[in-house]
Amino acid sequence: MKRLLPLYATFAYAFLHLPLLVLTVFSFNSSKFTVWEGFSLRWYRAIADDPQLMEAAWNSLLIAIVATAFATVIGTLCAYGLWKRDAPILKGSLYVSLVTPEIVTGVSMLAFFQYLFRFMDVRLGLHTVILAHIAFSLSFVVIVVAARLRTVDPALEEAAMDLGATEWGAFYRVTLPALVPGIASAALLAFTTSFDDYVITSLVAGVDSETLPMVIYGMARKGVNPSVNAISALIVLALGVLILGAERLRSDA
Amino acid sequence: MERLRFWFLAPSRLLMAVLFGAPLAIVFFYGLLTRGTYGGQSFPLTDENFARLADPLYLTILLRSFWLAGLATALCVLMGFPLALFIARSGSRKNLFLHLVMLPFWTSFLVRTYAWMFLLRDTGLINTVLQSAGLIHEPLPLLYNDIAVVIGLVYGYLPFMVLPIFSTLERLDPALLEAAADLGARPLSALWRVTLPLTRPGMVAGSLLDFIPCLGAYLTPDLLGGGKSIMIGNLIQNQFTSARDWPFGSALSLALTAIVMVLLWQFLRRKGESFL
Amino acid sequence: MSTVLELRGVSKSFGAHRAADNVSFSIEKGCLFALVGPSGCGKTTTLRMVAGFESPDSGDVILNGQRINDLPPYRRNVSTVFQSYALFPHLTARENIEFGLQRAGAKDLAGPVAKMIELLSLHGKQDRRPAQLSGGEKQRVALARSLVIEPDVLLLDEPLSALDPNLRKQVRLELKALQRRTGITFVMVTHDRDEALSMADQIGIMNRGNLEQVGSPRELYLQPATRFVAGFLGSVNWMGEVGVRPECVRVESEASSRSRAAVVRDVVFLGNCTHVISRLDSGEEVLAEIAGSGVLFSAGQSVHLSWNTTDELRPRS
Repeated sequence: MKRLLPLYATFAYAFLHLPLLVLTVFSFNSSKFTVWEGFSLRWYRAIADDPQLMEAAWNSLLIAIVATAFATVIGTLCAYGLWKRDAPILKGSLYVSLVTPEIVTGVSMLAFFQYLFRFMDVRLGLHTVILAHIAFSLSFVVIVVAARLRTVDPALEEAAMDLGATEWGAFYRVTLPALVPGIASAALLAFTTSFDDYVITSLVAGVDSETLPMVIYGMARKGVNPSVNAISALIVLALGVLILGAERLRSDA
Repeated sequence: MERLRFWFLAPSRLLMAVLFGAPLAIVFFYGLLTRGTYGGQSFPLTDENFARLADPLYLTILLRSFWLAGLATALCVLMGFPLALFIARSGSRKNLFLHLVMLPFWTSFLVRTYAWMFLLRDTGLINTVLQSAGLIHEPLPLLYNDIAVVIGLVYGYLPFMVLPIFSTLERLDPALLEAAADLGARPLSALWRVTLPLTRPGMVAGSLLDFIPCLGAYLTPDLLGGGKSIMIGNLIQNQFTSARDWPFGSALSLALTAIVMVLLWQFLRRKGESFL
Repeated sequence: MSTVLELRGVSKSFGAHRAADNVSFSIEKGCLFALVGPSGCGKTTTLRMVAGFESPDSGDVILNGQRINDLPPYRRNVSTVFQSYALFPHLTARENIEFGLQRAGAKDLAGPVAKMIELLSLHGKQDRRPAQLSGGEKQRVALARSLVIEPDVLLLDEPLSALDPNLRKQVRLELKALQRRTGITFVMVTHDRDEALSMADQIGIMNRGNLEQVGSPRELYLQPATRFVAGFLGSVNWMGEVGVRPECVRVESEASSRSRAAVVRDVVFLGNCTHVISRLDSGEEVLAEIAGSGVLFSAGQSVHLSWNTTDELRPRS
């Protein structure tokens, strides 16, 4: 059995990694068929020349940054508040939001926004997407930061206050610095989740705004398009580098 | 202390109430309304939407969702356990191997689902390779069916199974395996009689972490099933877009959410049984 | 009397650290053998080599005349009681005890298991899980589990260290009685010299990987082969090459033949005995342990210390 296990593991890792590797390799294929015909960057150039794609990518980035910023701040404060003392209803709602299927969250937000728009002269657009992203990222951020808080000794804040710091001072000068790695992880998680989201975004984005996943989905739906290979490779590379970088920072800290 | 806490929690409370609680409440209420003539919803209140859930057409979809999600979860257990075992026994390189499992997962779910389209379609890599090797003469219909959906689900959620099993294995006292060997159990026997039963909490947690998202899956059955493997998620989405039957879609949403909540409740009830 | 276990020149290193160095001893069947020494001396490593969890770099482990170096633990007729007991948490006490028997394919489990439950006073507890048992009960289940498969040798790793201190003296007696009743050879590892002295038929003392001496408790105490053995088993007053145990030192106010003059530095009353610490004219400090509580010496007093030559310890190293 000792030899079987590594053999199986090789197969399992291949299963996990080959699809993306294959995709990346073929993004450099000069032909659009699935036969290798030579190295080429034409699909990458096609991306750069596609204004719809570029605008969608920009939208995704913008949404992700804004949503992450808000979700991280609100979520960190929330995790800290819950650490001090329990708030069962809030905690419960966070858990429920975590397990509610994405499609349900998406349609409920659509219904909610449409209902509101009877009273306001607004329509679906980037702003509704950002709000939706903040909402569903919140529970991730709280969980990650709360996990980090469990490693913090509550006596430290008490010591600080004993030495004259206010409650806010104790939080800001003692606990918050200790939380930075956790906050960074949470932000990264919120960012990648937001950037990649399709289901909820497609429901609340309306007709005028498109995000990168929506464009990719449209292209994929129509059949396989080599440009999608190139975009995919880029996304994987970009997010992969981001994550590895964060991990490196975390292990250095 | 209380004032600070109040302000720290206030934004989250507001956010949850307005952007989570209210939307859910609205949708569940819509389940009781009637479909308007041009889509939308109106009074009178009716239970017709929930009654429709019993229609064989929709029950089939519900059952298929359970079947595919269950199959995918079972496969994840079968594939995930040996992998977690390998990682747990890899000594100093545990972290590396663990990260190798998680890494693809942290990139893009959409891209990863698309990758399987690329592999499985008629002119995709697998068929091209098999044809050029002379093993088949016509492309195998690997895409746009239940099997492709299951493959996609397993691929998507395997890491969620590996992590909890791994962490349970990590907490296993190595002396227990030594004791088993000491008492005459061969390695395979010890695995079956000691390691496996003690890993059960991890497998249950992983199964839940897998089954619930699989049940409500949308992208995977949509892209890899191509309309032939409709699951609940697709049905709901359909009601809110092309079919424009929001009340029925709402009823479906409520049903799905209720199922998920029941599963979770059952799990949490039994969590106290853990003997680790 | 036959030899059931023998180690010949067994050595084991972990990297640069030599845990066991050329260890050789043999154990008679039916004996309770204690392997003693300070922590890090290699006794646990040696035990694990007998059990099969470590393999020797050199030397032989011989069980009933058969060399078992290459046998994995599940093929050796040797069983271990772990320091933490290592009871399977998902099985009841009874199922734990049955574990080793199920492997062997024994048909009638109930008989031997019932016998063990009786022998170790576990009646009424057999359907409980380990989490519901006390420390002492867990130990008895561990013992039952190992004994029921009738090993040639039972290995015990620090059996008393996990127990409540006030329980230990009693459990010492119970373990010894158990060993006598079953007749199985026990090999016990401990760092506690009182345990070893009171329980063992034979003791092997280890220090930094070396087996310094093997013998009966009396032999080791009265005729230690090395200064380490002498010091490990009790206090010693060293005067050059020769040592004298405190309880052998007589303190008198009058001189006698062969007595040495000394001045009392301190008198410590300990209830059932008194320690008198004196300094000889030649400069060494001598501790005398005097039984009873009627001692009338005080600091600064001139006294005369003496002892029998037969009580002198002359270790070779």
